[in-house]
Amino acid sequence: MNQYSASYECWGRFPKASHIIHRMRWITDTIPVDTGQKILPYGLGRSYGDSCLNDGAVLLITTALNRFIALDNTSGILRCEAGVTLAEILSVVVARGWFLPVTPGTKFVTVGGAVANDVHGKNHHGDGTFGRYVKNFALLRSDGIRYLCSPTQNQDLFQATIGGLGLTGLILWVEFQLIPIHNPFLDAETVQCKNLSQFFELSQESEEKYQYTVAWIDCLARGRSLGRGIFIRGNHAHHLEKRPPPPSDSQIIIPVEAPSFLLNRFSIRAFNFLYYHKQRSPRVSQIVHLDPFFYPLDAIGKWNRLYGRRGFFQYQCVVPYEGQSSPIRRILETISQSGMGSFLAVLKVFGDKPSPGILSFPKKGITLALDFPNQGRDTLELLERLDQIVRANNGAVYPAKDARMSAASFQTYFPRWQEFAKYVDPHFSSSFWRRVIAPHA
Amino acid sequence: MRKILLIGATSAIAQETAKIWAVKGDEMFLVARNAENLSAVAGDLRVRGASKVVTMTAELLDFELHQQIVTSAIAALSGLDLVLLAHGTLGTQKLGEADYAIAEREYRTNFLSFVSLLTPIANYFEKERRGTIVVISSVAGDRGRQSNYIYGSAKGALSLFLQGLRNRLFLCGVAVITVKPGFVDTPMTAHIKKGPLFVDPGVVARGIERAIQRRQDVVYLPWFWRFLMLVIRCMPETIFKRMKL
Ligand SMILES: Cc1cc2nc3c(=O)[nH]c(=O)nc-3n(C[C@H](O)[C@H](O)[C@H](O)COP(=O)(O)OP(=O)(O)OC[C@H]3O[C@@H](n4cnc5c(N)ncnc54)[C@H](O)[C@@H]3O)c2cc1C
Ligand SMILES: NC(=O)c1ccc[n+]([C@@H]2O[C@H](COP(=O)([O-])OP(=O)(O)OC[C@H]3O[C@@H](n4cnc5c(N)ncnc54)[C@H](OP(=O)(O)O)[C@@H]3O)[C@@H](O)[C@H]2O)c1
Repeated sequence: MNQYSASYECWGRFPKASHIIHRMRWITDTIPVDTGQKILPYGLGRSYGDSCLNDGAVLLITTALNRFIALDNTSGILRCEAGVTLAEILSVVVARGWFLPVTPGTKFVTVGGAVANDVHGKNHHGDGTFGRYVKNFALLRSDGIRYLCSPTQNQDLFQATIGGLGLTGLILWVEFQLIPIHNPFLDAETVQCKNLSQFFELSQESEEKYQYTVAWIDCLARGRSLGRGIFIRGNHAHHLEKRPPPPSDSQIIIPVEAPSFLLNRFSIRAFNFLYYHKQRSPRVSQIVHLDPFFYPLDAIGKWNRLYGRRGFFQYQCVVPYEGQSSPIRRILETISQSGMGSFLAVLKVFGDKPSPGILSFPKKGITLALDFPNQGRDTLELLERLDQIVRANNGAVYPAKDARMSAASFQTYFPRWQEFAKYVDPHFSSSFWRRVIAPHA
Repeated sequence: MRKILLIGATSAIAQETAKIWAVKGDEMFLVARNAENLSAVAGDLRVRGASKVVTMTAELLDFELHQQIVTSAIAALSGLDLVLLAHGTLGTQKLGEADYAIAEREYRTNFLSFVSLLTPIANYFEKERRGTIVVISSVAGDRGRQSNYIYGSAKGALSLFLQGLRNRLFLCGVAVITVKPGFVDTPMTAHIKKGPLFVDPGVVARGIERAIQRRQDVVYLPWFWRFLMLVIRCMPETIFKRMKL
């Protein structure tokens, strides 16, 4: 301890931070409260911004807390330590006929991280967030006490910790419900989507019949093509006559930082164009393995390095649905006019299942997520303009993806933040937290 | 499905190796001194697919228990195919220099307990005329250095002991594998600043399983340590003694 290291980053690689690193080895270990420095748990650093950073202070690395504790094969209830990754869970449970109740767009996250951000997936419209499937967990606080938390026991800590951004203490293990599947495949359909109106139609039409929906959109398309993209929907496949071969495990890894000209406006445009035109017919149905369906980006390891040394921002907001007149239209217009967006734009409808966490991000509406290469002031100003629209429309921005929202924005987006603050462990903090609770004019 | 005795089962390297075995459905008898941690490891291996996991808590400095460990493992799994010895401590060199009692404890942990455990294990396999013995030694045993020669000489003695044992057991078909890891990021090295040569224990675990499949004699993990240590061993003592390593 007491050596500062810059080797633990956030996924967007902005901002940079240096930390005192402390690795947890066993769930019986204690947490280092005697250094006088604030503490923050850190899983796999798949949060884009500073919610997983604690500049100048202590990071508690949880990835060695990676033991399974129990799997009940009849009920599908899994208990494991908080540093177990979703990838590892899949490698154990899929063959036994189980799947994650909710999964984010990468399987390289820890269970602790999934709880602390109350993550959502392509099934949010019907199934809600990850936190809804959590039965209980153990929370170690700086007072040395291990709190068993569930919807009925230490209920307040339970609700504060789900979506609690690692600030309420260290989650030691989690018990949650898996869902049954017949095989590792999905019955998927991809539909070309000409514009935003069609996106709304497809979302509505798919809501009941498809467990998973998401759209990839080209955010440089304008005018009548605004919102052009591909709508993807799917269900777990039932019994299959003939199984397609599983995808290979091989991963391309981006070995070094790319020079940033690789991601200039023109290459982004070219990528968007290819993405839309790759699919020639308007509708394609196929049986696909769950890996390419849920985790298309995982095939390229460390793709965040493509954005070069300055890193990038991701912006994810949720705004009310309001059908065709949704504020999402204005947001998309602002982005397409700026020409600064990237190839990664995801649009999805959130359902009305309540999220259990005090600070959980998902709520009924429509959510947009996309990357912005860090071009300094211009990028920050654009994102602030987007924030103005989101604020005016009673929306919210996802802390897991954020590195720049103002304290004023945060406090508007999360009106229960003061209620949450009561449960923040006195020895815990993060770069994000210090930024968003700062008093403002 | 192999029957495996794993001594020092709570070691980070041992845990990662056992995970590979669990996925293959192997049966394991685990020995470690911390009961709570041992049961966490056992639970993990059961979920991952080990067909049988039995545990025994033992302080390995208690040499009286060694025979019993081996007998119990053979009884619990009705025989043994493979043994891995993975316990060890990286004591503070300076303390051992100042106080022989501390140095002696290091030798007991890192060398003598191995000799004591390997005696009944070798005799069992010799009688069976088959089996595999895997022992984790270290690159530190390849040359004495001022910064850790107590640990290093214990590991060096261990490597030599294994050489002789391999020679003895070769004719009856028993493989003896000496594993020499370089720098591994585990609790043992928690206090050391991590340079680029450090690897995760999973890397060493995969190397151990590969060495078992190929019945190798001595493996350096990762492989480049074989060449690094070759260079270090070749340096003339007149130069080496002046260096601060
Ligand atoms: C390609 C990609 C796609 C993504 N897609 C989605 C998506 O579809 N939906 C979605 O919701 N998110 C998505 N995310 C975000 C990601 O799911 C979250 O940021 C997740 O929390 C990351 O988990 P982690 O293990 O990497 O945690 P980290 O990023 O290391 O930490 C995240 C937070 O969890 C806290 N934490 C970690 N472990 C513990 C613990 N044991 N106890 C207490 N607190 C802890 C940390 O303090 C921090 O606040 C995506 C990220 C990437 C890179
Ligand atoms: N890490 C490296 O860089 C490195 C390099 C070369 C070789 N090695 C060797 O690799 C092996 C595994 O070490 P590791 O790196 O995995 O470190 P580790 O996680 O610290 O494992 C060491 C294990 O030995 C156990 N142990 C020590 N003394 C014991 C005793 N008297 N009785 C019972 N158990 C005892 C410890 O138990 P407790 O947890 O209960 O203390 C611990 O489980 C060791 O032989 C080590 O010398 C390591």
